[in-house]
Amino acid sequence: MSMLERKLVRDLVRLKGQVATIAIVLACGIMAMVMLRSTYGSLLEARDAYYADYRFGDVFARVQRAPDAIALRLEAIPGVARAYPRVVEDVMVPLADDPDPVAGRIVSIPDIGEPPLCALYLRAGRLPQAGTKDEIVILEQFATARNIGPGDALPVVMNGRLRNLRVVGIALSPEYVLALSGRDAVADVSRFVVMWMPRSAVAPPYLMDGAFNDVVVQLEPGASEPAVLAAVDTELARYGGFHAVGRDKQMSNYALSGELEQLASLALILPIIFLAVAAFLVNVVVSRLVFLERVQIAVLKALGFTNGRIARHYLGLVALIVGIAAVLGLATGAWAGAWMSGIYAAFYRFPKPAHHLSLALAAGTVAIGLVAAIAGALGAVLRVARMPPAEAMRPPTPLSYRRSLLERLGLSSLIGASATMVVREIVRRPVRFLFSTVGIAMGVSIVIMGRFSLDSFDRVFDDQFVREQQEDLIVGLDRARPARAVREMAHIPGVLTAEGQRMVPVRFRAGARYRDSALFGMPDPPVLRHLLDHGTVPVTPPTDGVLMTDQLAEDLGLAVGDPVDVEILEGDWATRTLVVSGLIDETFGLQAYARSEWLDRFVRSEPRVTTVLLKVEADRADAVRARLKEMPAVVGVTSTQRIIDNYRKQTGETMLTITIILTLSAAAIAVGVVYNNARIALSMRGRDLATLRVLGFTRREISSVLLGELGVQVLLGVPLGLYLGYWLARMFAAAVDPEFMRFPLYIAPRTYALAAAVALIAGVISALLVRRKLDRLDLVAVLKASE
Amino acid sequence: MSTDARTTVLEARDLTKRYRMGEVEVVALAGVDLELVEGELLVLLGASGSGKSTLVNILGGLDTATSGHLAYRGQDLTDADEDDLTAYRRRHVGFVFQFYNLIPSLTARENVALVTEIADDPMDPVEALTLVGLGERLDHFPAQLSGGEQQRVAVARAVAKRPDVLLCDEPTGALDFATGIKVLAVLERVNRELGTTTVIITHNAPIAAIAERVITLADGRIAGTTRPATRLRPEEVRW
Repeated sequence: MSMLERKLVRDLVRLKGQVATIAIVLACGIMAMVMLRSTYGSLLEARDAYYADYRFGDVFARVQRAPDAIALRLEAIPGVARAYPRVVEDVMVPLADDPDPVAGRIVSIPDIGEPPLCALYLRAGRLPQAGTKDEIVILEQFATARNIGPGDALPVVMNGRLRNLRVVGIALSPEYVLALSGRDAVADVSRFVVMWMPRSAVAPPYLMDGAFNDVVVQLEPGASEPAVLAAVDTELARYGGFHAVGRDKQMSNYALSGELEQLASLALILPIIFLAVAAFLVNVVVSRLVFLERVQIAVLKALGFTNGRIARHYLGLVALIVGIAAVLGLATGAWAGAWMSGIYAAFYRFPKPAHHLSLALAAGTVAIGLVAAIAGALGAVLRVARMPPAEAMRPPTPLSYRRSLLERLGLSSLIGASATMVVREIVRRPVRFLFSTVGIAMGVSIVIMGRFSLDSFDRVFDDQFVREQQEDLIVGLDRARPARAVREMAHIPGVLTAEGQRMVPVRFRAGARYRDSALFGMPDPPVLRHLLDHGTVPVTPPTDGVLMTDQLAEDLGLAVGDPVDVEILEGDWATRTLVVSGLIDETFGLQAYARSEWLDRFVRSEPRVTTVLLKVEADRADAVRARLKEMPAVVGVTSTQRIIDNYRKQTGETMLTITIILTLSAAAIAVGVVYNNARIALSMRGRDLATLRVLGFTRREISSVLLGELGVQVLLGVPLGLYLGYWLARMFAAAVDPEFMRFPLYIAPRTYALAAAVALIAGVISALLVRRKLDRLDLVAVLKASE
Repeated sequence: MSTDARTTVLEARDLTKRYRMGEVEVVALAGVDLELVEGELLVLLGASGSGKSTLVNILGGLDTATSGHLAYRGQDLTDADEDDLTAYRRRHVGFVFQFYNLIPSLTARENVALVTEIADDPMDPVEALTLVGLGERLDHFPAQLSGGEQQRVAVARAVAKRPDVLLCDEPTGALDFATGIKVLAVLERVNRELGTTTVIITHNAPIAAIAERVITLADGRIAGTTRPATRLRPEEVRW
């Protein structure tokens, strides 16, 4: 070991506090990057392999009832490689041990062989045998949640008739990576079951022999998706075709893509914050080291060491810090990545959900960390090279200070000499002060970034379920049923109020723009569900025309009073024109509201409902649910309380872990910044402070001089960080597809409080650590040495 | 020892100071008896390593003795803790060091005000700086002052709280001859006009000529005490 290397090791030991705090911040950056990028990469890879191997479709369309021959016509469309017609029906699953029916979906599969598209990954058991009428394969998510395996029976109401189906296999499907029924706001794997059944068994009860109502299309490479979508729509129009959608609008894929996008931007921003702070800390510490060791540097130069050799010595220190951070960051990042992938795996199912951390990612992340740290040290190291030996050997001259503007206005006479020292120290190094403050602010912002989405969702839930939705149960019907269904349910003992809603699937067209949407018919006046503009102002649908969500009107380029064409995707399948009578600002979706009588007239039908909302007596709720379960028209019963509980249960644990990780990270940043600054201030100004002690200042008094500046940094950094956090959160919120939801950015006071508390507490802990050093300040030794 | 009729300000009995330096035990003080009386100007002479700085550090409450007794106006400081010593320095002792030790971020006036803020009955900072001949350079930062000027600011800072004892450790050590003389003149003036008991440490023998009493230290012991027959004024000193 050369002498310089020995010096390096000793420096490392001497500076252990600072080395540790910097390494931890850098490790946080490496951890965040490894965790998020490896999760992202693993998900992406798993998805792509899954979609390719199991032939996920490119275009999806639903139709009322089309003869099989039409599938061949679809295959003849230029750009279409294959069209796979299916029968897909929503059903009700009245499980014996559950008070509410579970939503189910039956999807046909070929009697013989695998589905040509959207194939199944069989996890257990086997596919149904040809010719059997009661064998099904069910979706794994549900099977796991309900502890159902091959051999178990499942009660299913198919077109009004209760059947007992036998589970023979458990499978995954690329169509249901995230199990979404499309009916519920929150995915609940225990309340939605997809069942695959041979087509010969599905078709007869639904009178679908020789016909299909759902088609999956695979495109040829290079085909134009819009052209195919239009051609499919044309072919299916005659048979009651709902409009075809591309993969991007397929529900499971849409949710997965959104999640991946969020992950990707988080994987970009979080590491940047940590790396920037780490680079800054490296800069501060190495600059100071070079300043304090300038005599040693001069001696080394005098002895004949080259600039390069001395520069490498200091870069070596940086490399050692990065090395420590790499070990820490990679280990925790690999663990956290596996943990995060595990959380995703609970909701997003892939055949092989393996989380893996590639060597390239690990090496690349460490390289980025090294580059950031070297960038931080570069200025100081260049100064080493430029430092002429003679100048370094000269006795130190007092540092230059000047009076700040504030003082020229007479401030210093007001604040006293100690405070003046604090102010001048800040004025002398404004850039460092600014960076420190921003560093603390970044730490604060991380806490907010980690929590804002859950705060916002909490708020949405409050709006949605506390103020807008007064019902206890939401009863979904299999199709638009005559309005007497509402009266029937109102007569169930225990039901206090029943309110019907009608949902008509439509496509709005305004010139070349169109959006697939839904028209809701609301009773007037509403009792249970109120429309709230901006989540607060109650509004009612107009007597004529519709109330449209802002987002839908914006997408279609419509204003109040404009006419708009509506393709009605049921009943007489007509296209009619209506007038936008008003706008409403809602969080979710692209929809329009009308009064129910007006809607019935508009679609030329008798009064019908698709959903019934119930308010029930609390102690008779179970009896009501039992009755609902027996009604063949009911496909699903959702309890608002269960949605809330389920959401809280799902997010609670994740939230806690994320909060802990982010709080620790933010604390690491705050401690890193405050502690290092304090240590540097101590070493640069130990002499001043010792002088003050000699002059009779108490330890408390000199602490306030040293820590005053840090206090100012923290106190400025906290509000700045709160704002920065808000700003970053807004950026993230803006990235959410507004057609899915208008993200109502909301940051809870307790999140702000937590973020501020982390910085304040970290500041106090750092101050106490440095205070210990201050108390041990050796007055005689400090004053003896000439610097 | 002293036959002076004036009140004793500081009294040291059999002070010893030992500390370890690596493998070696160093005896810095090996039993020193000393009394300082009010208004006295004492010069402590000695080669480097003779223990004079250690003695002054202990007298000033910067350091504690390994054994022996120290009393300030009859108040025992032997077993004083850190807080007592801080209070003692704060109220009664002024220090001047070889390397000035001004606070670089404060102007001359503010360096002095630093002390007057925490003292009970301080001088006005301007008065103290005028006393050392710097009435014109009140608002200069240390970086804008010469070495001699910085040292005079340090003297002003030390005397501004009207200490009972002024301890100066090689106050001219870092200064050239002419500048050093100016600083000594200021110290002598403070002693004469304010009646502050003053101890000046030096290894520079000619300076002893301005003292009322000269104590020579060697190897941690008092090697001799003299009272110059004729005291020179600082301006008359040559080295």
